[in-house]
Amino acid sequence: MIRSQEMLINMGPQHPSTHGVLRLILRTDGEFVYDVDPCIGYLHRSLEKIAENLTYPQFIPITDRLDYLAAINCNFVYCHAVERLMGIEVPLRAQYIRVIACELNRIASHLIMFGTTGMDTGAFTPFLYAIRERERINDLLEELTGARLTYNYIRIGGVAHDLPDGWKEKCLEFINYFRPKIKEYNDLLSYNVIFMKRLGGVGVLTKEDAINYGVTGPNLRATGFKWDLRKNMPYSSYDKFDFEVPVGTGEGGKLGDAFDRYMLRIKEMMESSKIIEQALLSLPEGEIMAKVPRVLKVKEGEVYFGAENPRGETGFYIKSNGGTKPERVKIRGASFSNIHVLKKVLQGVLIQDLVAILGSFDIILPESDR
Amino acid sequence: MSGEEIHRILKEKFGEKIGELKDGAQPSIEIDKEIIRELAKFLKEDSRFLFDHLVYITATDERTKIKVIWCLFSYTCKHYLVLKADLDRSNPEVDSISDIFATAEWHERETYDFFGINFKGHPDLRRILLPDDWEGYPLRKDYTPPEFYHGIDNRYKR
Amino acid sequence: MERLIVKAFVKLGLGSPPEWAVLLIIGLIAGIILLVVILTYEGIATYIERKVAGDIQVRYGPNRVGPYGILQFVADGLKLFFKEDIIHSQADRLLFRVAPYIVFTGSFVGLAAIPFSAEWYAGRLNVGVLFILATTSLVVAGLAMAGWAQANKWGLLGGMRSVAQIVSYEVAVGIALLVPVVHIGSLDLQSAVLYQKKGWGILGWNIFHDPFTLIAFFIYFTAAIAECNRTPFDLPEGESELVAGYFTEYTGFRFAFFFMAEYGDMFVVSALATCLFLGGWHIPFIEGLIKLPILHNILGSIVFIAKVMVLILIMMWVRWTYPRLRIDQLMALNWKRLIPIGLLMLLLASLWDLIFDGKGFFELIGIIK
Repeated sequence: MIRSQEMLINMGPQHPSTHGVLRLILRTDGEFVYDVDPCIGYLHRSLEKIAENLTYPQFIPITDRLDYLAAINCNFVYCHAVERLMGIEVPLRAQYIRVIACELNRIASHLIMFGTTGMDTGAFTPFLYAIRERERINDLLEELTGARLTYNYIRIGGVAHDLPDGWKEKCLEFINYFRPKIKEYNDLLSYNVIFMKRLGGVGVLTKEDAINYGVTGPNLRATGFKWDLRKNMPYSSYDKFDFEVPVGTGEGGKLGDAFDRYMLRIKEMMESSKIIEQALLSLPEGEIMAKVPRVLKVKEGEVYFGAENPRGETGFYIKSNGGTKPERVKIRGASFSNIHVLKKVLQGVLIQDLVAILGSFDIILPESDR
Repeated sequence: MSGEEIHRILKEKFGEKIGELKDGAQPSIEIDKEIIRELAKFLKEDSRFLFDHLVYITATDERTKIKVIWCLFSYTCKHYLVLKADLDRSNPEVDSISDIFATAEWHERETYDFFGINFKGHPDLRRILLPDDWEGYPLRKDYTPPEFYHGIDNRYKR
Repeated sequence: MERLIVKAFVKLGLGSPPEWAVLLIIGLIAGIILLVVILTYEGIATYIERKVAGDIQVRYGPNRVGPYGILQFVADGLKLFFKEDIIHSQADRLLFRVAPYIVFTGSFVGLAAIPFSAEWYAGRLNVGVLFILATTSLVVAGLAMAGWAQANKWGLLGGMRSVAQIVSYEVAVGIALLVPVVHIGSLDLQSAVLYQKKGWGILGWNIFHDPFTLIAFFIYFTAAIAECNRTPFDLPEGESELVAGYFTEYTGFRFAFFFMAEYGDMFVVSALATCLFLGGWHIPFIEGLIKLPILHNILGSIVFIAKVMVLILIMMWVRWTYPRLRIDQLMALNWKRLIPIGLLMLLLASLWDLIFDGKGFFELIGIIK
């Protein structure tokens, strides 16, 4: 009589494919996973408590560390939330520059997703190609902001510096260089038979589950639900640009599977490059910073603002009691809910599928742990 | 739908359990903590509201009481609604809505972790971001960090 | 060779040596020469692999240690040699120690049956193909031992996967190898090479014999990559999933053994492919002009090693391009595609031989006589 036993495997905080310090406790029978218990909190830095001791402008560098692959987006969400609370109107040029920086950072973040999903499934080469493009973006952003990863560029009321000389031409050159590369990536990895079989049809997330579990961003759009905060509830002059919102189509097998999520981000990179080109060509002249007092005293009130980050809807709930420091800052991280839905999606998969699905969700731990 | 209309409809249905409205981009309504489950179900299923997205659950510490905040959003009608309930500071307790909105499970764990609010009926209420053996509830205003943690000296040195 | 040894014995005053002593000494000398050959090859192969990887990934490979990084393998070997040898307390000590040796032996012993040129071979076994297939199966036992002995769940998973994979793909390898054997008529590798003598050293190759042998070559090559645990079949090692699979807990020189076994395996399967499909040590075009036996031997072995290196380069190229297959897709590929096609090719190749009386394609259309 053969007795098989369940194994409790710890895919621990240190593992080559959990993107960051995520601990997954798997209950498996050999290769077949019955149950997953995600444990987060290894990167908790108590940012919300720190915010209560810093003034409003002093908190901006900390928002960089929230989602370090899309740092400008996080800067932007916080600053715009404070601007909505204070009723500040940001000048048009600053809005356009913010859009350009945010979209460049979105491309950089999606490139990492492309590279690491390739690495997780065993193709080591696309990661280096993604890093090559990302180096060029980092060079552009370094010229603009002075830093390569934690940019600290957006200020409450505008941006920190204006565009340097010749930056516009370099950025346009990069966009023209980057567009054919997406086709190259599709040839190399996306439509490779082995890759499509690895990601197609696994990790299906239905639309009802996604909304119920609070999943937002590309993961929600991959289930077929067309919702993009940049189009549906536009902010910071996104409504002046003409771009499409790609939705999952089920070309890998099933609608809402891992291949849909992966392919959606490749298409989003294409759309982001369109937005950047339009913004650069129609950049207005003007101020880059609104008239904001030196010592920022925010009137009493509260606000919530959520923006479309590369990973989903990242939002800030800020409650102010009239002083220079906020009374309560709550950060709604997109990856928090994205990790939560793993409990539902990762039931009954093989361990290899688990790694591929985890890569396709594109989670990042600092955002969920704060 | 504007904040006043929502407030009017809810006041008709739930009577004096619904408190006052503070209007704005996100209209916020003070409620009595007992009706949260009924209210959440009603808001999710009623065809005028269709609040299907629970954005966050959090709490703030106002010296004399703790206030729990739920923020709801509707994808179809594109309106926000913020619900607030006051809780007793010495024994903060409120019903859990994790079977109505699945995402509430982790948000409630986080609120328990930081404020010590007991969500009744929650399937698995334990600390999520802080270590399991941490003492105290950090985001309360009267919180002092522990002096020693597993032998690590945590006293503030000048 | 035997005469030299008998003379040496007599000179030393030990009398006429018995049969087994002579054979033993010949075996030792051949083994040492082959060991030196394979270790040199491995050093060069690791360097080439890293340079090829760097090229494909748009970066430099190693270029610090020595000119163009040539001495990198010396540095790596020394590093692995001096690393601390850790056997953790819960590991099964005997199996932990023995496993690397079995894996290395499995891949190294196969070299005994391979002819490097007309007169340079370790032994002329009349069951050469069968011998190599049998000894490469030893690797399975070694990997299973390694996976179990580590007392690490990830290692156990890697070991189990590898056993399933290698045992399955051996069937595909065996069937694909039967196709040229049907044409050659013997399992001996030297006869296999001599059979492909016609056609100026190129057109007589078995892959040009008939289209079914060509397809059998591709089946063999795919299954051989799976035998060596290389991407796209490197699940047992699965770097991104299982940390390091079946050698997670191995350090230092035991780790190096597994690596050497992998490269040795690559050499053996490529050498087998070269002998059976690609004409072995036949020098293209100029073979008839070389009369000096020593020159013929040297050129023959150079041509042989060149062909083997081309196949190894293709294996490396494939490794850095493709993602990995999932375990059930891998099994499906083997049992549902490779083996049925291989059996079909065997049938059709035998029919070809029956109909066309053993003649190849180029013989039939009259190019070679």
